[in-house]
Amino acid sequence: MLTFARWKYFAILAVLILSVIYALPNAYPQDPSVQVSAAKAGTIAIDAPLAKRIEGILTEAKIATKSIKVEEQGNLLVRLADTELQTRAADLLRPRLGSDYVVALSLAPTAPKWLESLAAKPMPRGLDLQGGVHFVMQVDQEAALNKRLDAYVEDIRSTLRDAGVPYTSVVRRGNEALVATLGVNADKAKAQQRLRTSFPNLSIALDGQTLTLDVPQTELSRISLEAIEQNLNTLRNRINAFGVAEPVIQRQGTDRIVIQLPGLQDTAEAKRQIGATATLEFRAVVGEEAAAAAAVRDHSIPPDARVYYDNQKRPLLLSKRLLVSGDQLVNAQPMTDPQNGQQGVQINLNSVGGQRMLDHTLENVGKRLGIVYVEQIPTTSIVDGKEVQSIRTDERVINSATIRGVFGKSFQTTGLSAEESKSLANQLKSGALAAPMVFVEERVVGPSLGAENVKRGTTAVLYSFVFALTFFLIYYRMFGLITCLALLLNLLMVIALMSLMGATMSLPGFAGLALSVGMSVDANVLINERIREELRAGVPPQAAIATGYDKASGTIFDSNMTALLAGVALWAFGTGPLQGFAMTMIIGILTSVFTAVTVSRGIATLLYGGRRKLKSIAI
Amino acid sequence: MKIFPLTLLPNDANIDFMRLRWISIAVAAIIMFVAIGAMATRGFNYALDFTGGNLIEAHLDKPMPLDAVRDKLAADGYDSAQVQTYGSGNQLLIRLQPREGESGDVATKHAADAVLKAVADAGNKADIVRNEFVGPQVGKELALKGLYALLFVVVGFLIYIAFRFEWKFAVAAIITTLHDVVVVAGWFAISGHEFDLTVLAGILSVMGYSINDTIVVFDRVRENFRSMRADPETVLNKSINQTLSRTVITSFVAFLTVVALYIYGGGSLRGMAESQMLGIIIGTLSSIFVACPLLTLGLLKVTKQDLMPKAKDEAALARRP
Repeated sequence: MLTFARWKYFAILAVLILSVIYALPNAYPQDPSVQVSAAKAGTIAIDAPLAKRIEGILTEAKIATKSIKVEEQGNLLVRLADTELQTRAADLLRPRLGSDYVVALSLAPTAPKWLESLAAKPMPRGLDLQGGVHFVMQVDQEAALNKRLDAYVEDIRSTLRDAGVPYTSVVRRGNEALVATLGVNADKAKAQQRLRTSFPNLSIALDGQTLTLDVPQTELSRISLEAIEQNLNTLRNRINAFGVAEPVIQRQGTDRIVIQLPGLQDTAEAKRQIGATATLEFRAVVGEEAAAAAAVRDHSIPPDARVYYDNQKRPLLLSKRLLVSGDQLVNAQPMTDPQNGQQGVQINLNSVGGQRMLDHTLENVGKRLGIVYVEQIPTTSIVDGKEVQSIRTDERVINSATIRGVFGKSFQTTGLSAEESKSLANQLKSGALAAPMVFVEERVVGPSLGAENVKRGTTAVLYSFVFALTFFLIYYRMFGLITCLALLLNLLMVIALMSLMGATMSLPGFAGLALSVGMSVDANVLINERIREELRAGVPPQAAIATGYDKASGTIFDSNMTALLAGVALWAFGTGPLQGFAMTMIIGILTSVFTAVTVSRGIATLLYGGRRKLKSIAI
Repeated sequence: MKIFPLTLLPNDANIDFMRLRWISIAVAAIIMFVAIGAMATRGFNYALDFTGGNLIEAHLDKPMPLDAVRDKLAADGYDSAQVQTYGSGNQLLIRLQPREGESGDVATKHAADAVLKAVADAGNKADIVRNEFVGPQVGKELALKGLYALLFVVVGFLIYIAFRFEWKFAVAAIITTLHDVVVVAGWFAISGHEFDLTVLAGILSVMGYSINDTIVVFDRVRENFRSMRADPETVLNKSINQTLSRTVITSFVAFLTVVALYIYGGGSLRGMAESQMLGIIIGTLSSIFVACPLLTLGLLKVTKQDLMPKAKDEAALARRP
C-alpha cells in the first residue's frame, strides 16, 4: 500500500549528495583578483621571480594583497581584498609589466581544492551582478560588400593582365555585376576561360567586347556572413590582447556583435581598443615629391595614381594599384631599428602577400615603395536634420623609402612614433576588420551596483522562500514540513544544475529562482489537497497518502509539461537576460516534479509507511 | 478520523459557478476588450530597451522639484523624458528618448548637455554620474521574437492538450491563456507603467502559470466525466469546487513569492513582479470563471463521449451482435 522501493531512497540520497557538492562552490565568496599571463604562450616564464617583482611593485604603491601565486595553468594570480584595489593594482601593473604580459581582472574562486577536482564550480555571474561594460556593435555590411567587390575588380584586372589579354576597362555595376570591356584584338575565349577558373563563384557571360561577371545572391550573402565572422575573430583577438577574464563576444542577428567585458569600467579605453581599425597598405610611388606638388597644383594627376599626404601634409603620388593590404598581414611587432634607433614595426606577410612583395621588389629595386597608414574612425554627423553614421578614413603616408634589396614575406617599416608603432603593431596583429563597425549600444554597470543587485536578488529569493515555508508549516503541519524539505532540495538542485551547466547567474535569474519556488509549490499543494480529500472521503490514512500521490502525479505531469513549453519558448526566442530567466524556469519545473512526486513521497513513506496501525496523520 | 481544522476554504464548497457562466464570460470579455482597446489607443510606455535612448544618472547638491526638471527638458525638445529620484532625493534617474534623428555618441552628448542645463542653476551644482546609450533596434528584434514565442507557445499548447485531452479542451485553454496575457499586457497600457524586457518576460511566463492552473481544473473535469453519472454542468461545477482550495492555496503562495520579488528585488525586477502578480490573480480567476464555462458553449460543449477512452468504445461496438 504505502511503500517505496529501497533503491529509490538510494537514488534520492545520491541526488541530495550531488546537489550539495555542486551547489556548494556558490557559497564561497570569490576574490577580486588580477591575473597575469604571457601575451604569447611559452615566450615568457610566469614564475617566482615575476611574483617577487609584482609583489615589489604593489608594496611600493601600498596595495595590500591577500596572496600572489603562480597557478598550474601558467597564470599568476594576485588576490585582493576588494574591487577598488583590484582596479588600482591592474592599472598599476599594466604599464609596468609591458606588452609581453596580459594583465586581466578576474574573480578567483575560494572554494577548496577537492571541490574543484570534482569539477564543481560556482555559477559565472552576469554583468548586472558583478559590474562591467556591455557593447553592441553594428557591422556595416554595405562597406564589406563594397570592399570585396572592389577587390574583385582589382583581381579581374590582374588576371587579365597576367593572361596577356588587353582590356579597356573593368568596372562595377551596382552590387550585382562586374563588367570588363576587352580590347579590340583580345582573345575572348582565353579571357573567358581564365576568368572562369579564377572566379568559379561568378557566372560569366560574353556579349561582343564585354564580359559580364554576375555576382549571385548566394555569393553576396556569403560575403556578408564572412565579414561578420572575420570581425568576430578580430574582436576576439583584440579583446584577448586587452586582458579581460571571461569576455563574452557573440553574434546577434545578421549584423550585430555583442561584447561584454566583466570587471571593466573604463568605457572610453575599451571603445578605443575595440573600435579602432588601423591597417597598412603598400603602394608603389609614382612620382617624386616635386612632381606630386606640381600635379596637385595643375590638377594633372596621372590616371593610375592618387595623391596621398604624409605626416607633414606634403603630397605624394602613389599607384592606385594596391600591392599588399592589411588582410595579408600575418604578424606585426614593434621594434627599434638597431642602426638609427628609429621606432618601427616588424611585419610578416602571408604567402600571397609575400609573393607579391617579392615580385614587386625584384623588378623595382631602386624605386620607392610607399607605406600608407589607414585608420578608420566611426563618426556621426547630421545631414538635413537626419543623423548619418559614416566612417571617416584617415590615410597618410608614413614611409616612402627606396627599395634597396629584394624582400618577401618579412621586413620592417619605420617612421612612426614609439606609441604609434606599438598601437599599430597591436592592431595589425589582431587582424583587420572586414567591415567597419559602429557602437549602437553601450552600458556600464558599476561594481557597487552589481553588489547591490546580488544582495537584492538573494534577499528576494530568501523571502519568497520564507513566506512559502511559513505558510506550509502552519497550514499542512507535518506534510508542510515534508513540502518544505522538498522545496529546499528543489532549490539546491536548481542551483547545482545551473552551476554544473555553467549557466550565467543574472538578476532575472534570481527572479526565475523565486518563480520556480512558486511553481514547485503547486505540485505539493496538489498532493496535499488530494490526501485531505481522500481522508475526508473516509479512506484510511496510509491508503489516502498512497492514493493522493498517485492521483496527483498525473495532474502534475500534465500541468508542468505545458508550463515547460512556455519556458522552452522563452528560452528559444529570448536573448541574454530573458534566456537566463527561462533557463532557471525550465530547470525549476523539471526538478520540482522530481522533488514533489518522488522525494516528498519518499519522506512521507519513511514517516508513515512503517506503522501498522496509523490512526491519524497531521495534514 | 479528525482532520486538522485549519482551511482557507470550506471543504464542502459547492458554489454554482455554471449558473454564473454568462455573467462571468461577459465580464471576462469586457475586461479583455478594454485591454485591447487600451493597447490600441494608448499603446505601451516602452522602456529604453525598445525605443533606444539615454539613461542618465545625475547627482545634485540640493534636491529640486521633478516637474521643473521635466518642463525644462521638454522645452529643450525631450517631450517624453522620465525623471525620477532615488536615494536621498538629490539623485536623479532620467530616461531620455533621443531627439529626432539622433543616436549614438551625438545623442549621448546632447542628452547630458540637456540634463545639465535643466537641473543646474546658480547654487545647485550637478554631476552626471552615469550616461549610457541603449540602441533601439535590438528592442525591435526582441519584440518580434516575443511574438514568435507567443505563437510557438499557442501552437505547442494546442498540440499537447489536444493530444493529452481533447481538442475542445485545447481551444478553451488557449482562449483562457490568451485572455490572461492580453489582460496583463493591457494593464501596462492602461497604467502607463514602463514596458521593458523583464515585463515581456513576466508576461510570457504568465502564459505558463495560466495554462498550469487551467490544466489542473481540466484534469479533474476529465476524471469526473469518466467516473460520475451526471450532466456536464454538474460535472464541471463539481470539478471546480473540488479543485478550488488547491487553486486558491497555490495562487496564494505563488503570489506571496512574487510579492517578495516585488518588495525586495529592487527597481529592475519590479515590472516583472508586477506583471506576475497580476498574472497570478487573473490566471486564477480565469481558470475558475472562464475556462470551464467555455466548455459549455456552442462548438466547445463537451460531452461524456468526448472523454471516454476511444478503445473501449470500439471494443464495445465490436461486442455488439
